[in-house]
Amino acid sequence: MNPTQRLALFVLLAPAILWLGLLIVLPHVEILILSFSERVAPRVYAFGAGNYLEFFTEPLYWRTFARTAIMSIAVTAITLVLAFPIALYIARVAQGRLKAMLLLLCLLPFWVSELVRTLGWMILLRETGVVSYLLRAAGLADQPVELLYNDGAVILGLVYGGLLFMIVPLANALESLEPAVVEAGFDLGGSRWTVLRRIVIPHAMPGIVAGSIIVFMLTVGNFATPVLLGGKNGLWFTEQIYAQFITRFNWPQGSAFGMLLLLLSSAIVWAGLRLTGQSLGTTLRQA
Amino acid sequence: MNRPSILWKLYIAAFYLFLFAPLLVVAIFAFNASPFPSPPWRGFTFAWFTGDGSAFGKPGVLMDPIWLDSIVNSLKVAVPVALLAVLLGTVNAWVLERAEFRGKTFLAMMMLWPLVIPGVVLGISILAFFSRVANGLEEWLQTDLDFLRPGLPLVVLGQLSFILTISTLIIAARLRKFDRSLEEAAFDLGASRARVLRTVTVPFLRPALIGAGLVALLMSFENFNTTLMLVGSDAPLPITMYGQMREGASPAINAVSLFLMLAVGGIASLFALTSKAQA
Repeated sequence: MNPTQRLALFVLLAPAILWLGLLIVLPHVEILILSFSERVAPRVYAFGAGNYLEFFTEPLYWRTFARTAIMSIAVTAITLVLAFPIALYIARVAQGRLKAMLLLLCLLPFWVSELVRTLGWMILLRETGVVSYLLRAAGLADQPVELLYNDGAVILGLVYGGLLFMIVPLANALESLEPAVVEAGFDLGGSRWTVLRRIVIPHAMPGIVAGSIIVFMLTVGNFATPVLLGGKNGLWFTEQIYAQFITRFNWPQGSAFGMLLLLLSSAIVWAGLRLTGQSLGTTLRQA
Repeated sequence: MNRPSILWKLYIAAFYLFLFAPLLVVAIFAFNASPFPSPPWRGFTFAWFTGDGSAFGKPGVLMDPIWLDSIVNSLKVAVPVALLAVLLGTVNAWVLERAEFRGKTFLAMMMLWPLVIPGVVLGISILAFFSRVANGLEEWLQTDLDFLRPGLPLVVLGQLSFILTISTLIIAARLRKFDRSLEEAAFDLGASRARVLRTVTVPFLRPALIGAGLVALLMSFENFNTTLMLVGSDAPLPITMYGQMREGASPAINAVSLFLMLAVGGIASLFALTSKAQA
């Protein structure tokens, strides 16, 4: 490589290095360092794992963390079950214009802001909302019903937000399934259930993994949906990070929480890839 | 499997109803003549768009400085983000597809990384790092560096941190399809490097450049998690919406949402058209 080419390469690489260095790597090094600094006196900090100890000794913190992890796994599972028949229909049954339209109709709501969708659910579910009003009008309830501010509402909102990210990779994976293979399964005497379990689901595996990983990551890192639909009962871990950073101005503690969230998210992604033998690159491409 | 049962069809229908129900109620209650976005229906009104506040005590979107300011703030963020995302994304795509150097696979992996970091964590890490930089520089230079403190410039950087991945991927995918013999033909015909770039390569990339710009614009306009951590006193639209939703908003928020849906629908169909031209 001659010096001019070397210079050209360096100039072309500069944006990527500045971007990844200044906006990704160094900021993460910063919160890693912050998370290990303890306040020993006003404005004096020392190295120590106190922020992490605080997490394990304060039940509110680790319970919120565990709750966020478990509910996110549940949301991912529910999303997968709800999305599978839709993706199967789009990929295997619908043809031509209907197929394109069904997929486009799936995409549309997700181009709209998360806050608009959450607003919709709030108008539907709250005590003075549409569902409560319709229940009373139909004579199924004699007084206003509060459907907001509980775990069900949080799960509903998160599943709704994840559906598209499940349907698209699933439909992509199912698209390549040979009809002849399915026919053969039936010809060999397989029931609908056997064919689904032994042929369709294994074939859809890359899509299932890709969709589940994306939905899990989006759910665990969500902020607005659990806070707005769950109210005081939302208790999402991102809210704890926000509270430490912005409300209480305890950046070391907030950084430790941030590192823990990053660790949880990466661990589940890694475990998902490992269990199913997929790689991150192909998984992201699937999506 | 090719003859779907009636149950399956019913499920599909119910699913699409579920998908659109929240958006429909948001749109419908933008026109309700009531101070709250909830039933019963009290008649049709445009007050939540153009009302001056005389009818319900609160003005419509187009008359309310809170909403207008936050829309302007969102544009102040989204336009630079989109322009930088396309410009830097093109350079990144070039590096990924055309350059040869050691560590390229590593760099390509690093570029995907921002997609797996939760938005809130991106936000706090950039906030903490730039505060440290600002503290250091201010002491050294003896001046205030407000653009490194929470505010719109920091929001631009925060959003760029992950939107750049998306724009790089979109543009790189297009560049990969480019037939390099076209460039060689232009060189053989005596064109300079700049001229080849201008008349052959960039026109080929145009649909991807426009597509990446539109996606960046949308993602910036709608980003909430990262923005929330970096925002100062000037709130972009999602932050204002969030604040209003916590307090119990007037149907003006439905009117804003309807504008957003229409704008998004418009941009999405533009994007669909450009990507169809690309296929």
